Formats: sequence, C-alpha cells, structure tokens
Amino acid sequence: MDALQLRKQLSDYMAELFDEGFLDEQFTQLQQLQDENSPNFVAEVVTLFFLDSERLLNELAKSIVQPEIDFKKVDAHVHQLKGSSSSIGAHRVQRSSISFRNCCNDRNVEGCLKSLQQVRHDYSLIKDKLKTLFSLEQQLPGPPPE
Amino acid sequence: MASYYASSSSSGEVTADHRDFPHVLAVDDNHVDRKIIETMLRNSSCRVTTVENGTRALEYLGLRDGQPNSATLASKVNLVITDYCMPGMTGYELLKKIKGSSFLKEVPVVIVSSENVPTRINKCLEEGAKMFMLKPLKQSDVKKLRCHLLNCRS
Repeated sequence: MDALQLRKQLSDYMAELFDEGFLDEQFTQLQQLQDENSPNFVAEVVTLFFLDSERLLNELAKSIVQPEIDFKKVDAHVHQLKGSSSSIGAHRVQRSSISFRNCCNDRNVEGCLKSLQQVRHDYSLIKDKLKTLFSLEQQLPGPPPE
Repeated sequence: MASYYASSSSSGEVTADHRDFPHVLAVDDNHVDRKIIETMLRNSSCRVTTVENGTRALEYLGLRDGQPNSATLASKVNLVITDYCMPGMTGYELLKKIKGSSFLKEVPVVIVSSENVPTRINKCLEEGAKMFMLKPLKQSDVKKLRCHLLNCRS
C-alpha cells in the first residue's frame, strides 16, 4: 500500500472508532497536544492508561470476590478508572464505569459483578483498537504533509 | 504575547527565558491526569511540577507540619492546581491548609473535579479557591486559566 492509501486506512479507522463510540472528543484533545515538543504524547498517555487500568481491574477482581464486599474500596477504584478513561476519551469504559459506580452506591452485588464484566470487556476492546491504531500509524512513512 | 511566549506549534526553538514562565504545582493522584495537565500547562508557557498527593504538595511548597521550611522559600510557586477527590488529604483540605498559612495564603489555588456538585464548588470558592474547573480538562481551559490568573506575573 502506498502512503496515501495507508493514510486513508488510518483516518478511516480513526473515524470508525469515533463513530462507534469507542473514542470521544477528549481523545482529539490529546492528539492536539502532540507536537514536536511531545512527539509521542498520545502513545505515552495511552500506555499510562493501560497500566493504570490493568492494575485497577486486578484490584477490582480481588475486591469483588470478598465475602463482605468493601463497596467504598470498590467505588474508589472505579472512580479512578472513570477518571482516566474520561481523560483520554475512552468513552465506553467511562460509561461502564459510571454504571459500575451506581451499582456500588446501591450496594448491588449482582450489579457490581455484571459491571465488572462489562468494564473489562470495554477495556479489552479499546486496548485492542488503540494498539491497532498505533500500529497503523507506525506504518506511515513519516510526518503527514502540513 | 504570541511572539514572546512562543507556542509549541511554531517551528524553531522557544527563545523566551523559561525562568520567566510562571511556576505551577499540579496535584493529582491519577497518573494519566498528571501527565495531561503537565503537558497542557507546558503548552501554555508554564513551568510545571507535579505531585501525587496533598502531603507532597505541602512539602514542596515549603510547609512541613504547618511550619515553613525556610530552605525552600526560594522555590516560588505561582499557582496550585489540585484535584478535589484524592485519598488522604482532599483538594479541599489542601486548599484550607494553604489559605490557613500566613506564608502561603497568597498563592492562588484552582480546584478541578470530575463531579459537578454545586455545594462542593461553593465550599471551595468560599474557602478561597480562585477557580473551580470540571474534568476532563481541555487545552482551552488551561489557556484561559493562564490568562486570568497568571498574566503579567514574573
């Protein structure tokens, strides 16, 4: 594929991620922050998001199987996840985090279990898609024309 | 302003002396948010120091156990921007400590939060916060903040 086709493939993929609600305008904010002073900004922030999210999901998995669920602790973790996902524009993860928090507030164990599954699912989707996005970008032969 | 505080989108190097840039202390327990606020502030011609909690913030500001630590009086901070929801010391509690210190009370404090709770906002403003902003922050929010609070400061 030539450069033009690669660029089109990338922008089509990006548009799809926005159209399907995987990403929102906050992701665009991040892209606008990337420049010659911070050339890898988006990848760096997304990497932090991956590390943070995986840590939080592990903690959540442990907390949720306790005989007496510490809802405050669970809520604190979900709050973090909601925050990071919102800050990078990972829209579906943000939304499922909000539902999860509602279940915590209601002390709804069943709801929390389902929410954790949902948030894990949404996280794994966005992780895959962002990795695909980055690998498409890496195939491009240099900075786009101004 | 555009030519002195060279924006990062222009080609070539920033020739302005960074020591003249305002120094902002950003406090947030979330690593992703720290990275983002740091970049947004740098893009608005600020020097930035980030810390992950209120205790570290107070240490950096030169306050240890409520007493000024004279060794750090030289490191001047022009603005503190802090997240509201943090484990341990909240942003509100940090604000109170700063405003309660004769040594630090003139330092402007901005609170950020992902939650739009009017009573929370009023509480912070009454305690002396200069502004309350909602997350997720946009570059334009940070630029506005810089204009309002840090213009013409050395």
